[in-house]
Amino acid sequence: MPLIDTSGEALSDPWRQLADDEALPGDDAPILVTYDRWFAEQETLSRRNAPLGLTITNTQAVERLNGDVNRFDLIALNFPKFSDGRAYSQARLLRERLGYKGGLRATGNVLLDQLLFMLRSGFDQFDTAKPVSAEAFRRNVGRFTAFYQPAADGTEPVFRRRLHGEG
Amino acid sequence: MYAYDSFDRDFVAQRVDQFREQVGRRLAGELTEDEFKPLRLTNGLYLQLHAYMLRVAVPYGVLSSRQLRKLAHIGRRYDRGYGHFTTRQNIQFNWVKLEDAPDILAELAEVEMHALQTSGNCIRNTTADQYSGVAADEIEDPRPYAELIRQWSSLHPEFTFLPRKFKIAITGSPNDRAAVKVHDVGLRMLRNEAGEVGFEVIVGGGLGRTPMIGKVIRQFLPKEHLLSYLEAVMRVYNQAGRRDNLYKARIKILVHEIGAEEMTRRVEAEWALIRDGVLKVPAETIADLKGYFALPDYAPATDRPAVLSAAIFENKDFARWHQAQVARHRVPGYAIVNISLKPAGGIPGDVTSDEIDAIADLAERFSLAELRVTHAQNLVFPHVRQDALPELWAALNDLGLATPNLDQIGDIIACPGLDYCALANARSIPVAQAVSARFADLARAHDVGELQVKISGCINACGHHHVGHIGILGVDKKGEEFYQITLGGSAALDASVGQIIGPAVAADQVADAVETLVETYVGLRQPGERFLDTYRRVGAAPFKETLYAAH
Amino acid sequence: MSLKVATANRLTDGRVVFLGEQSRWQEKIADAVAAEGSAADDLMKTADYHVATAVVVGAYLIDVTTGPGGIVPSALKERIRAFGPTVM
Repeated sequence: MPLIDTSGEALSDPWRQLADDEALPGDDAPILVTYDRWFAEQETLSRRNAPLGLTITNTQAVERLNGDVNRFDLIALNFPKFSDGRAYSQARLLRERLGYKGGLRATGNVLLDQLLFMLRSGFDQFDTAKPVSAEAFRRNVGRFTAFYQPAADGTEPVFRRRLHGEG
Repeated sequence: MYAYDSFDRDFVAQRVDQFREQVGRRLAGELTEDEFKPLRLTNGLYLQLHAYMLRVAVPYGVLSSRQLRKLAHIGRRYDRGYGHFTTRQNIQFNWVKLEDAPDILAELAEVEMHALQTSGNCIRNTTADQYSGVAADEIEDPRPYAELIRQWSSLHPEFTFLPRKFKIAITGSPNDRAAVKVHDVGLRMLRNEAGEVGFEVIVGGGLGRTPMIGKVIRQFLPKEHLLSYLEAVMRVYNQAGRRDNLYKARIKILVHEIGAEEMTRRVEAEWALIRDGVLKVPAETIADLKGYFALPDYAPATDRPAVLSAAIFENKDFARWHQAQVARHRVPGYAIVNISLKPAGGIPGDVTSDEIDAIADLAERFSLAELRVTHAQNLVFPHVRQDALPELWAALNDLGLATPNLDQIGDIIACPGLDYCALANARSIPVAQAVSARFADLARAHDVGELQVKISGCINACGHHHVGHIGILGVDKKGEEFYQITLGGSAALDASVGQIIGPAVAADQVADAVETLVETYVGLRQPGERFLDTYRRVGAAPFKETLYAAH
Repeated sequence: MSLKVATANRLTDGRVVFLGEQSRWQEKIADAVAAEGSAADDLMKTADYHVATAVVVGAYLIDVTTGPGGIVPSALKERIRAFGPTVM
């Protein structure tokens, strides 16, 4: 619902989800298509000269996108319940394995207490299920000053920082 | 033992702040219980039958006397003056208040402790051999690697919402005291042909509703790849583990459904892509960690000193305790001492705050201020001089902590059961007390020999009944407590799941039943055979016959 | 129709509580209100409201009997919950 960015500030959302049986718009409005539709109509969709986004469910294999991943300006992943953490792996694979550079949006049951995990996993847009103030956002994602493990955010994990004499 | 640096101190402090805020929001009604529950579980706070229960992490079972004293204090100040050691080397407090939890965590942080990830669908406390670092039979101390895993798994952004809980155990000895075959991931340290030390990786073991023995998916993993390999396992599990059914969500079900070969293929394929990345562990990091766990600078001591031999000769009680409780240390003149928390008729694993303080004092006097928690709910002093054993025994004896029953019938593992746990079908503590009281005679228990009795109050098997030589499972039969008996389970490297031997028995018949089984064994055994050995030789039939014929 | 009592854990300290007179949560089951049928449903409605307003957590109805011993839960688990661990 309120879409926010990595600073917790509201993001305008020009994107529209296109239903699988809906025709492509004639204009250059940014549209999201489903994963299945992408693979079924890759040619046609590729020829469209407008921002293109992809919606992937949390059971679909992101690896299948392969080298095509940077054709997309936005990819939306889903958390059907906040306790279903499959999209964290999908996000990391998109960023770290496939080198995805576009917008990566977390949708579904997106709540304040999981935002830091999402941020670290590579998401940069959050379609939150409940309003989250920018202040609460910043306090939550800024709480930890170091991380023990590497993730998609490129932060150096603690065990490597120690090698430089930190700690 | 490991000592926090500023990264670790900041982390636990920030974690406490985070939880304090989350508790505040919950108490103010800004978070529903559904939203709050995973947050409090990730901090080890359960809502149990009577109250909140806090499960404090004891990483790979190692505690300092300073930490022990803090635990005693927490028991007094925030609870009812006692704690309970668990089958995963942690300690639980049964009566904490939610509004006190942030303060408790802050106090724990003062002594480099926390309750992080002792619950919830995340990576839990990595457990290890309780004799780590001092065992005579050790290939290498597993604790540096357990600490490495602990850090890597702390608030891992990708693996905090797994299909289900995830438990890792590691042993550095070929005599596995960490039950690696019945964990989600078990790591067994070993040498390859080149003499290098690495890990055998075992995946998909577990107890509970569907007990399974883990499968080896990699025979030798070099140390520098430990984290990347685990990351690969977790990634496969996070994506493919079942999420449709709570009782089929552990990795053991995934391994069972796709097969060990396919599991291996998937893990190895993922690992191949990340093995040489940021997760490759530098030799320096391993060396640094090893430094924390280096053997202390022991003062030289004589092996089998005269004062020890004299005490064994002169004092029958001391001799019995020495034989049962003292294990061989890798350094001559030193000993590993097992402290029984299983007095006859007592509650397995429970200790009062006063006892904890007394144990802390003894640890300082006799064990260089360090002790271990075992997954059998006992304690270990790892650094005791042999010439101090008589004195230590006398002190333990005064405290009622010198029961010489290690791995004997009185050394029962029991979960808290229906007296404390909302998941239970039946009580387990009174059953443990009854069996323990029946075999209170030390000479008899010693004669029976090694016999691991494990009791669970429900199918979740927190008492590890599946791997008990005698396993006892509480079930609910039309509102009454009944107990199913299994035989022949083992948590060692020759792991096996116990077999049910007949209809469940009523609560007041369990002690009789166990006695019948013991007598049957004694009648059939050959020289040198433990209960488990005799059972494996003769099978269930003789035991079924004596147990059920009588009724 | 069987007698029911509404029970829950108090949010702040986790203590087992029972819904008593005037919608107040009591620590002793002896002080609870036992009801049947739609009156029991009403107890649950009040309990649900207190769950939603962060007073208690995990509210549900339990079967009880009344007699010389006062209100006694029918199930063993609920008796242990009401009267405490049988081992101490």
